[in-house]
Amino acid sequence: MKLRWWHIALVICLAVAFLSPLASGSPDGLEKVAEDKGFMERAKEAPFQAIADYVVPGIENEAAATIVAGIIGTLLLFGLTYGGAWLLVLRRKGSA
Amino acid sequence: MHIPDGFVNIATAATTYTVSAAGVGYAIREAERKLGERHVPLMGVMAAFIFAAQMLNFPVIGGTSGHLIGAALAAIMLGPWAGVLIMACVLVVQCLVFQDGGLLSLGANIFNMGLIASFVGYYVYRGVGLLAGGDRRGTLVSGFAAAWASVLVASTACALELAVSGTSPLRVALPAMAGFHVLIGIGEGLITTAVLSLVLAARRDLLELEKV
Repeated sequence: MKLRWWHIALVICLAVAFLSPLASGSPDGLEKVAEDKGFMERAKEAPFQAIADYVVPGIENEAAATIVAGIIGTLLLFGLTYGGAWLLVLRRKGSA
Repeated sequence: MHIPDGFVNIATAATTYTVSAAGVGYAIREAERKLGERHVPLMGVMAAFIFAAQMLNFPVIGGTSGHLIGAALAAIMLGPWAGVLIMACVLVVQCLVFQDGGLLSLGANIFNMGLIASFVGYYVYRGVGLLAGGDRRGTLVSGFAAAWASVLVASTACALELAVSGTSPLRVALPAMAGFHVLIGIGEGLITTAVLSLVLAARRDLLELEKV
């Protein structure tokens, strides 16, 4: 299989996912405003939990759990978006 | 900027869901009209990159962090409607798989970080580009401006939703959100220009794809 630019780009994305445990743990802008201005407690938990907070349940090491979550999400998004775009191209070709 | 459930009321949730659904629907039609084979891997890579990069919160000021939105970058490279689709994919997966952003507030999140951020990013890029020129420096300046503006306007939309929902009055939420996002936007600008810089150096042709 010929090496394409997006093979390399995808590897870079996965490398970025590997860096995720290094991310700042501080609340983001919206969360900080919510805390400061006193409406944070209005936030409701999701009705179900899958890979909540980007931590894969069942992996003891939190950094590893985060990295695995990042890899799952990165591959999932690549696949879904590539696949969806490809379907749209097919549909157009089909109706051409 | 992912709004959790409970921050927006039913009326705001319903309205933003309706607008976002219409926006995404239109984006799909535009994409079907214009997407070519060459767009396909770039769409995938953009979504993957935005997801991964969004995980890397960076500190901004006193106990606050920011993260990339990525809509401006997507819109610059692929066009605003493609940007809407990419952001919608990212936000839906983040909501359903990672519980980042509420299910009821998903409409608002797609509206802010999908529709608003994409279109502001795209048109600021085009507008500043007219002044700054299409050379490397002009592209990076336009990209930075587009990225920064997209974050600021998206955060303003978010503050409006909070106000309309009765969660926080506008005179409180707006300056607070704007204050942080003026800074977070700088991070968005830096990341966006870094990526654009890499693309210009390695695969300039990708920037010349027809915009959707």
